[in-house]
Amino acid sequence: MSILVNKHTKVICQGITGKAGEFHTRHCKEYGTQMVGGVTPGKGGETVQGLPVFDTVAEAVEKTGADATMIFVPAAFTADAILEAVDAGIRVIAAITEGVPVLDMVHVKEVVERNNVTLIGPNCPGLITPGECKIGIMPGYIHQPGKVGIMSRSGTLTYEAVWQTSNLGLGQSTCVGLGGDPIVGTSFIDLLKLFQDDPQTEAILMMGEIGGSAEEEAAAYVKQHVTKPVAAFIAGRTAPPGKRMGHAGAIISGGKGTAAEKVAALEDAGIVVAASPADMGTAVKRALEKRK
Amino acid sequence: MKIHEFQGKELFRKAGVAVLEGVVARTPEEAADAFKKLGGAIAVVKAQIHAGGRGKGTVKEVPTQRGVQLVKSADEAATVARNLLGNTLVTIQTGPEGQTVRQVFVEAGCDIGRELYLGIVLDRALSMPVLMVSTEGGVEIEKVAAETPEKIHKEHFHPQIGLHSYQVRKLCWKLGITGASVRSAEKFMKAICKLYVDLDCSLAEINPLVITKSGEMLALDAKITFDDNALFRHKNLAELRDLSEEDPAEVRAQNAGLSYVKLDGNIGCLVNGAGLAMSTMDIIQYHGGKPANFLDVGGGATADQVTEAFSIILSDANVKGVLVNIFGGIARCTTIATAIIEASKRVGFKVPLVVRLEGTEVEEGRKMLADSGIAVINATDLTDAAKKIVAAAGK
Repeated sequence: MSILVNKHTKVICQGITGKAGEFHTRHCKEYGTQMVGGVTPGKGGETVQGLPVFDTVAEAVEKTGADATMIFVPAAFTADAILEAVDAGIRVIAAITEGVPVLDMVHVKEVVERNNVTLIGPNCPGLITPGECKIGIMPGYIHQPGKVGIMSRSGTLTYEAVWQTSNLGLGQSTCVGLGGDPIVGTSFIDLLKLFQDDPQTEAILMMGEIGGSAEEEAAAYVKQHVTKPVAAFIAGRTAPPGKRMGHAGAIISGGKGTAAEKVAALEDAGIVVAASPADMGTAVKRALEKRK
Repeated sequence: MKIHEFQGKELFRKAGVAVLEGVVARTPEEAADAFKKLGGAIAVVKAQIHAGGRGKGTVKEVPTQRGVQLVKSADEAATVARNLLGNTLVTIQTGPEGQTVRQVFVEAGCDIGRELYLGIVLDRALSMPVLMVSTEGGVEIEKVAAETPEKIHKEHFHPQIGLHSYQVRKLCWKLGITGASVRSAEKFMKAICKLYVDLDCSLAEINPLVITKSGEMLALDAKITFDDNALFRHKNLAELRDLSEEDPAEVRAQNAGLSYVKLDGNIGCLVNGAGLAMSTMDIIQYHGGKPANFLDVGGGATADQVTEAFSIILSDANVKGVLVNIFGGIARCTTIATAIIEASKRVGFKVPLVVRLEGTEVEEGRKMLADSGIAVINATDLTDAAKKIVAAAGK
């Protein structure tokens, strides 16, 4: 078991004829993901990496039976691409694109929720169930099938955590990069529910960062509903207030969204918080041992 | 992207958000002319910088001068402008170094009945914009939020629908606005919510918002921040950007497609990914050092971009060492290695350089560095890297 995606998931790439779309389609395919096609309006009938290209997602779904997509289209067209995927009946959408206007996502999020579809991102690395299905831009080889469910607001910090848990022999059930924008499709809480119900997942590792209150909400949820061990790390203890730290959502505004507040909320919920980013893997280990 | 108050008010005026008449002045003479042009018995001269707290801020060179001042004659307007222009205004938001005032806004006076607060931001928890108002106008809203949160009243609105009339009536009731003023408030609040959406703002704040003695709602201030991601569809807003208000190194980084924030430590950081970049700053501090910057070279960084990144980091005279922390995903370790070698030729490293590479093409990248003959301190993992750079920079 795992969450959201597995070896049966059939994946298309929206924006497959672009440089990034083609590059990552190739890597996902090489990893073993069932890539079944791609979509670029106006380029239907072409072939990329041996896969058929369609003009619309609806046609791609009809012809290939795809149930997941990864989106690499430019930011100005990302909202439309997500809505198109929802309309075509796609179940899991990973929007990798960075730079989507925030207000575009208000409507998109409503539609996604109303249709009970999982949207990961935008501005995210995607998701992976090690050994089965990689949908996104993460380096495949650092992963190892195993017992830790990983979720994060950051890309490369997730790789770091994956690497540490692989080196400790813990491995991962599924890893999800939620995305660094103020409005993203999936929250920590959505994934906590899934990881809690997934038999393969024995512990959960969560990487948050400054800005917003997603970590505090997750902490409250863990306290109430999660029985599995949870470990966490919060990036940005040294970030100055009022400055956007790369991610559009990573900003301490009006004194709110600091790392200290988040760490306090997590610890209050019994979550093992890593003091240093080098300590994320061992924090999961401590959380697992604590429960024994 | 931030803009000046006078620019914000021009946008307000076009959108039907009530403001007073005002004129921008860049010399004391222009300020005097502006006073005459406005034709009133009083006017207010306001320093234009991209930071709040101007009313309580003081001018470094003329400590008696505040950033906002009421004047009663053209001469007085000129004097205040002289005190402000070209000088440094220090406010609670500028930090002790302050910001240079390059222009002032001379605005007509009005009969203030009440001072209120209005702000619009995105409520991330609900994924909707939220309009916030408070009776506590003219003071720091952060303080109100912390001490008396019950005095802040909120109404969420959908971008495509806008603010409903009943929401305005409810807010007016909470604010104690009655009679004919409710109508003025309705026009005002609906217009500012529409502007927030139409221009893709991430913040629109008016503090103070006033009700005049004749019952009109007016914006006495205008603070707008735009969503950078949406600027591509507002070409006309780009010209409002004032580069002189921004940190030159940050502008340079932005032009190179890098995300850079200057900090006050002495260890430069070059990292891929925002989360890992913040974590790298954190681990430097955890091991007793102080980061000099946040720098994310991004996913698809090219050798040119990374070289420019080095050059920006090394242009900070405080930097006593640089830590490169790369976890290659899309960004390949070989690209970074090429860039380090290239940068050492172009900029030269006069400070210690600690490099930690992991991920895509790591072996090749490490080998390239080893073969290059550049004095690089290799690190095996995050902790090792942090300890080594803290030690090296401390020497």
